[in-house]
Amino acid sequence: MRDGMPVVVTVREVIDETPTVKTLRFDSEFAIRPGHFCMVWVPGIDEVPMGFSSPGSITVQKVGEATAALTSLTPGDRIGIRGPFGNGFTPNGRVLAIAGGVGVVPLYPLAVNGSVDTFILGARTGTELVFARELSDLTDLKIATDDGTAGYHGFVTGVMDSEIDLLSYDTICVCGPEMMMKGILDRLSDAGIADRGQFSLHRYMKCGVGVCGSCTIDPEGLCVCRDGPVFTGDQIINSEFGTYARDASGQRKRV
Amino acid sequence: MITLLKDQVSVGGVDLDNHLILAAGVLGTTGASLSRMRRQGAGGVVTKSIGPVPKEGHAGPCLIPLAGGLINAMGLPNPSRNFVPELETLSGEPVVVSIFGGTPAEFGEVASWFEGIAAGFELNLSCPHAEGYGAAIGSNPAMVRACTEEVAAFGRPTWVKLTPNVTDIGSIGRAAEEGGATALVAINTVRAMRISIDLRRPVLGNRFGGISGPMIFPIALRCVYDLYEACSIPIIGCGGVSSAADTIEMMMAGASAVQIGSAVYDDSSVFKTIADELYSPDGVPAAEIVGCAHA
Ligand SMILES: Cc1cc2nc3c(=O)[nH]c(=O)nc-3n(C[C@H](O)[C@H](O)[C@H](O)COP(=O)(O)O)c2cc1C
Ligand code: FES
Repeated sequence: MRDGMPVVVTVREVIDETPTVKTLRFDSEFAIRPGHFCMVWVPGIDEVPMGFSSPGSITVQKVGEATAALTSLTPGDRIGIRGPFGNGFTPNGRVLAIAGGVGVVPLYPLAVNGSVDTFILGARTGTELVFARELSDLTDLKIATDDGTAGYHGFVTGVMDSEIDLLSYDTICVCGPEMMMKGILDRLSDAGIADRGQFSLHRYMKCGVGVCGSCTIDPEGLCVCRDGPVFTGDQIINSEFGTYARDASGQRKRV
Repeated sequence: MITLLKDQVSVGGVDLDNHLILAAGVLGTTGASLSRMRRQGAGGVVTKSIGPVPKEGHAGPCLIPLAGGLINAMGLPNPSRNFVPELETLSGEPVVVSIFGGTPAEFGEVASWFEGIAAGFELNLSCPHAEGYGAAIGSNPAMVRACTEEVAAFGRPTWVKLTPNVTDIGSIGRAAEEGGATALVAINTVRAMRISIDLRRPVLGNRFGGISGPMIFPIALRCVYDLYEACSIPIIGCGGVSSAADTIEMMMAGASAVQIGSAVYDDSSVFKTIADELYSPDGVPAAEIVGCAHA
């Protein structure tokens, strides 16, 4: 057991990515691999898991109390970081990345380090696309929006079905809303390549280090924080993934 | 080092596959997670503590690893009665259901939900950081006795888990014994805190919490030793056990078995790792060493 006290960082810069998403750039960097996450301590409020968007930043969408507090921080404010935690992505060969909404965050460092050939980026609407400009320089970028205000009119799975030769990719890295990821897993499975998929899962987390059990998934009892957050498609195809998750009290709820 | 003969193990009425039991609240929140710990070598498992109503637990940070231990203030998160279906796939297994409540009647109510499912009950009279629960009642001998009587009335094995945060743990152990406990579990976490120097505030969301892991092993050992002198029911040693040598030392102090929690942080197969070293065909029977340090 090593000392894992939170490292206190100062917010240096706050970047508006979309009307609901902000990047907080810190005064220090962490030794991350793409797909790593940290536990972010918002003093007086809570501690929440968050993917790294770079070694020195997180990119946050306002969804609850802690993220509302994070997105209202200004330069000079201080927060605590524990991590990096988790296994991260392990891509090889030709790589397709697929992201929905802020699911792009853990995949972005993968594109920055040159690992991604093709990137499918989805969002509800054009103004909610995160990192689209950067990704178009780094990858062969394809865009989908639910309302058709940018790119393909529909879901990322629509782009997969119409424009992508799945079998030509060795690794398919995915992060986004669970039903989107489930749709992608179903397609990989139909093509007989579930094992090429690497899915970054979200589950409620309390400790982040594989002790409390709040993030475990059925039926194998794997910890999303420690054994994941990235799982291959064949690891999760016969699991609770796409069906239910547990809340803070450990009660099941549909996803 | 001395090794043990792999024999039948039964502690306080619960039959176990070995002397190494998963401690309450560590990876014990779901049936699948408990099954995984069984597959990874736990001779028996104790569930997360279950209470009369669902609880979300304290705001984070809830758990921080330290050099030589963990500090936590989870705040007893639990799904209450909705935990019953989690144990469906574990019927017939050595699963002990940990219970907490604010009154003897609440302990009895929770126990009734698991009457036909649990191999036994463990009363959490010892959580140091949940208002009105755990150690708040576990330091009062009359309350300890009343809660134990309520659960022991089901006629199932009834373990009582004690807090080290008292002046005389022996008197609490005797109260549990008088209430009908079949075994004592010692100890729960030791009251503690850490402060972030940079932020000038306690680091746990609950401000205070409890320490577990190797840091508390000598404290737990002393509690087991004292209980062995004060009581006559079996004792299960818990607190900082992370090796075969720790297990032997706990047994010499008076423990009939051990519980292991924090050591899964460094090795999720710690049960198997310890068992491989603890047992051998030419080992001694456990009875030969339990309490031998009192001679
Ligand atoms: C994250 C965590 C959660 C715990 N939850 C419970 C609990 O619900 N009920 C309980 O009786 N003890 C609980 N404990 C205490 C442990 O069961 C055990 O008594 C303590 O950690 C000392 O053992 P160890 O050093 O092997 O971890 C918890 C401990 C930890 C670290
Ligand atoms: S968050 Fe505690 S085990 Fe994963």
